[in-house]
Amino acid sequence: MTTTKGSVTGVNGNMVTVKVDGAVSMNEVAFIVLGDKRLKAEVIRVRGDSVQTQVFEITKGIKVGTQVEFSGEMLAVELGPGLLGKIYDGLQNPLPEVAIKTGNFLEAGVYLDALPRGAVWAWTPTAKPGDAAERGDQLGTVPEGSFTHRIMVPFNLFGSYTVKSLAPAGSYKITDTVAILVDEDGHESAVTMMFEWPVKRAVDCYAERLKPVEPMVTKTRIIDTFFPVAKGGTYCIPGPFGAGKTVLQQVTSRNADVDIVIIAACGERAGEVVETLKEFPELMDPRTGKSLMERTIIVCNTSSMPVAAREASVYTAVTMAEYYRQMGLDVLLLADSTSRWAQAMREMSGRLEEIPGEEAFPAYLESVIASFYERAGIVRLRDGGKGSVTIGGTVSPAGGNFEEPVTQATLKVVGAFHGLSRERSDARKYPAIHPLDSWSKYGGIMSQDSVAWAHWFLERGSEVGQMMKVVGEEGTSLDDFLVYLKGEFLDAVYLQQNSFDPVDASVSPQRQKAVFAKTIKVLGSSFDFKDKESARTWFNGLRQTFLDMNSVEWDSDAYKKADSGLTDFVASRATGLDPKAVRILESLE
Amino acid sequence: MKKVYSRIESITGNVIAVRADGVSYGELAEVSTRFGVSLAEVIRLDGDLVSLQVFAGGRGISTGDEVRFLGNPMRVSFSDALKGRIFNGAGEPRDRGPVLSENLIPIGGPSVNPVNRIIPREMIRTGIPMIDLFNTLVKSQKLPIFSVSGEPYNQLLARIAMQAEVDLIILGGMGLKHDDYLYFKDTLEEGGSLAKTIMFVHTAADPVVECLMVPDISLAVAERFALKGLNVLVLLTDMTNFSDALKEIAITQEQVPSNRGYPGDLYSQLASRYEKAVDFSDSGSITILAVTTMPGDDVTHPVPDNTGYITEGQFYLKGGRIEPFGSLSRLKQMVNGKTRADHRAIMDGMIKLFAAYRDTLEKKSMGFQMSAWDKKLLKYGELFESQMMDLSVNIPLEKALDKGWEILAECFEPEETGLQTKLLDQFWPKKA
Repeated sequence: MTTTKGSVTGVNGNMVTVKVDGAVSMNEVAFIVLGDKRLKAEVIRVRGDSVQTQVFEITKGIKVGTQVEFSGEMLAVELGPGLLGKIYDGLQNPLPEVAIKTGNFLEAGVYLDALPRGAVWAWTPTAKPGDAAERGDQLGTVPEGSFTHRIMVPFNLFGSYTVKSLAPAGSYKITDTVAILVDEDGHESAVTMMFEWPVKRAVDCYAERLKPVEPMVTKTRIIDTFFPVAKGGTYCIPGPFGAGKTVLQQVTSRNADVDIVIIAACGERAGEVVETLKEFPELMDPRTGKSLMERTIIVCNTSSMPVAAREASVYTAVTMAEYYRQMGLDVLLLADSTSRWAQAMREMSGRLEEIPGEEAFPAYLESVIASFYERAGIVRLRDGGKGSVTIGGTVSPAGGNFEEPVTQATLKVVGAFHGLSRERSDARKYPAIHPLDSWSKYGGIMSQDSVAWAHWFLERGSEVGQMMKVVGEEGTSLDDFLVYLKGEFLDAVYLQQNSFDPVDASVSPQRQKAVFAKTIKVLGSSFDFKDKESARTWFNGLRQTFLDMNSVEWDSDAYKKADSGLTDFVASRATGLDPKAVRILESLE
Repeated sequence: MKKVYSRIESITGNVIAVRADGVSYGELAEVSTRFGVSLAEVIRLDGDLVSLQVFAGGRGISTGDEVRFLGNPMRVSFSDALKGRIFNGAGEPRDRGPVLSENLIPIGGPSVNPVNRIIPREMIRTGIPMIDLFNTLVKSQKLPIFSVSGEPYNQLLARIAMQAEVDLIILGGMGLKHDDYLYFKDTLEEGGSLAKTIMFVHTAADPVVECLMVPDISLAVAERFALKGLNVLVLLTDMTNFSDALKEIAITQEQVPSNRGYPGDLYSQLASRYEKAVDFSDSGSITILAVTTMPGDDVTHPVPDNTGYITEGQFYLKGGRIEPFGSLSRLKQMVNGKTRADHRAIMDGMIKLFAAYRDTLEKKSMGFQMSAWDKKLLKYGELFESQMMDLSVNIPLEKALDKGWEILAECFEPEETGLQTKLLDQFWPKKA
C-alpha cells in the first residue's frame, strides 16, 4: 500500500476522476472509500495530478470530495493450490462464499480471498538447499484433485536465487512459508504456496514458445476432422444469436482432450452459467472418472454485473490458465463472449472521450484483442516439459454480420475460424458451423489431403444446389445431381452431430477415422442410377442407415452389425471406386 | 434543510447543470419551475458542476429556477398498497389515488449472485397453443415479443397477463399511446385482474426521462414481491421506446454513438434490466415479457439484435399470429419433457410438416404442379393456421395436443407424419 491518497473530482457512469497528492502508476488499483465500503477501481489514465479510474462497482452515492486510497499494485489475481473447482467473478471473488456473506444479491465493495486460507495441503519438497532457482522453477508439489500441483518460485521474484531452506514434507496452509530463497546480494525471500500476479501481464517464465501442432480433440466431428484446433492454438466462434455458440462451448468444455478447462462467461446470460454450475459437479470426466468440476474453473461476470469487471474477467481467466500451463498441463480457456468484453472497452473509451474508431470501438481494439489471443501458446518449460494454453472465444457480431470490427480483429489473429450461420441453425443443422465459410490453419487427426478431397463435395454440391434453384432438377445432369446428393449426405451424417444423443454427442478420434473412411467410400463410389428419383431414394435410405449407426455404441456387437450392414448397403449399388478415394482409404488404414 | 441552488449554468435538451457541492452521483433533486416541481437525477459530476436530467424535460426551465437536492437516489414506495394502483414513470399516482411515501426502496439495485439462481423448471400456461405447445414460456424466463408497429402486440400482452397463472402482474408502459394505456386498464378491469396488477405507465405525451425510469421502478417492485414469495410477471412495452429514450439522453450528453445513434452501452443497459428475471431458490420468481418493435421488421436493428443476445428466445408476432419460424423459447426443453408424452413429438413433427407446407406454398406461387402430397400439405397448412396459430384460439395445452392429433389425422396417413410408431399407436385418433 502506497501513501498516495486522492479525492474524487468527477463521476461519469463508472468512470471516476480523482485528484491525487502523490505518485500513481498506470493500471494500479485504487479504493474509493464510501462509508464503510471500499469500491475497487483501476487507474486507466493519468493527466498531471488528475487520474481517471474505472470503478468495478455501481458508482451511485459517490460525491465530489469522496476519499480515494491507492494500493500501488496492479490488478492481480491470487495463484496457488485451490483454484480448481472454484467459481469466481471477474475480479476473482469466490461467488459461493460471497453468497454466504451477502445473500441473494451481489453487494458492492465485498472482496473475499480467492484462495481459502484455512485449507491445508500435503507439501512434498522437490528442490534441495543449494539449488539455483529462478521464477517458475519448481520447489515442491502438493496434490490438488487428480493433479500434481507444482509449487513454484513466484513469477514476480525476478533475478537469480539460491534455495536456502525448504520446509519438511507435511501439511501446510497456503500462507505458511515453505521455502527461503537468497538472492545474489544475500537478501532472503520467504516463499509461500501462493502469490499474486498482475492479470494484464502475460506469464513469461518459460524456455521457448513452440509451434502448435498436436490437435486438441473436441470429439465434435466437424471440428476435429475439418476445422481442427491445435493445443496451444486459438480459434473463434462468431455467430448470430440463437446459432448455438454457447451450446457448442458447453459441449467442448465437457469433451475437450485437455487437463484443465477455464470457462470465462463474460457478459452473457446468467442462466447459462447456472446450467454449467449445477450440471458440472454431477457430470463425470471420462479421463479421470471424477467430477468434471474438479478440472474446471469458472469465471463468471454475467451481463448485469458491473461492466469494468467484465473487462477484467477475461484477463483473470487467462492468467489462471497460464499458471496451470507452467505445471506442464494443457489448459483450454473458453471465453463467451469476447464481443461483450470489447463492448466494455468501448463504453470506457467513450467515457474517456477518446476519438472513436469504427462503430465507436476504440482505435486500440485490434491490438488489445491480438495481445489477448497471443497469450495462448504451447511452451517448453525450463525443466523441458511442455504446457499449453488454448483459447477459444465466441464473438457475437451485431446483426450477425461478420464484417463488424470485433469479428474482423479476431479473425486476423486466430488460427481457426468456426463461423456459425443462421441459415444452418434455422434448418436445425447442428453444430451450425458453416462448412464453406470456416477455416483452420492447424493440422487435424486426418490428413489434409483427405479432408480437402471430401470438402470438394461440399463445395461442388452447394454450387449444384444453387444452380438447381434456378434451373430446377430437370435442368441438372444426373452426374451433377449425384455430387449434390453426396455433398448433402456428407453434411447430414458427418458434419451434423446430435449433442443430445448420448453416443453421438462425443465421438472419439478412432471412431471418427472409421466413420470418415466409410463416408469417403460413398463419396468416391460411382453408381448406376437410372434417374434422379431412384438416386434420391437410395441416398435417403443410406442416410437413415448411417444415422442409426451414429447412435450405436462404438465397438459393440450392434455397431459391428450396423457397420457390415452399411457396407453391404453401399456395395449393393456401387459400381466402382475413384482411384483417389482408394489412395485416401489406404492412407486412413 | 438542504441547500437550494438558484442559478442553473446550462440547459441542453433535458439536461441542466448547476454548480453545487456535496452532491452524490445518482442523487435526486427537485427543480421548481413556473410549471410546477419536477424531479431530476444527477447523471454526471465534474468538479462542482452537477449535471441533472430533468424528468419533466428541459422546456420552459429558466436559468433562475430553483434546484433543491434531496440527498437520496431515486426510490419507490413498496407495500401491498401498490396493488391495483397506476403510477407514472416518476412513481407518482396516475389514478387520483393517494401518494404513497412509506417504506421507500432504491431502484436499479445490484445483480443476483449467479450461484443463488436455480435452473428454471416450471412452465407458465397461457392458453395460447403457439406458446404452450410450440414455444413454452417458463417461469423466470425473459422473453421479448418481436413485432412491428401496427401488430396487436399489446393485445397479446394483455391476454397473456389475463390468463397466465401468476400471483402478480406488473405492467411497465413506455411511450404507450394513451389509447393503449386505456385498453390495458379496461381489459384488466373487465377481466377482474386489476386487483393483482400494478401499472407504471409512461405515455407518449409524457417527458422522455420518465420513460427511462419505468423498467427500473417496475423491476425493483417486482424483486421485492418475488422475495416475499410471489411469482411475478413483468410486462414491458415497448423496449424500443426505452432504447430510443436512452439514445436521446446520450446524444444530448454528447456521447459518441456506436450503432445507428444508439449509445455504446445499449447492451449493458438492456441486460441489466432483463437479467432481473430470476427464480429464487427459497422464494418467488420474476418472469419478463417485453415488447420490442422492430423498425422496418428488421431483426438486425440494434435494439432487437442486442435484445436477442440477452433474452432466452423470442416470440415473433407477424400478421397477427405468432410465427413458428423466428420464434424460440430457449428454456422450453426444461419443461416440455414433463408435460405429456407426445408434447415434444407433436411440437417437432407439426413444425416440420408446416415447414414443408411453406415450401409447397412457394412452389405453388411459382406455378409448379401440385402433387397429391402437396395437396395434403396445403390442407394441413390451412388447418394449422386457423386452428393453432390464430390468436383467438384459447385452449389448454392438453386440448391443443389433442387438436394437433386431430389435424394430423384429418390430413395424413399415420406413417406420413414421421412420428414414432409407439406414439402413433397410443395417440392416433381412432376413426369411428
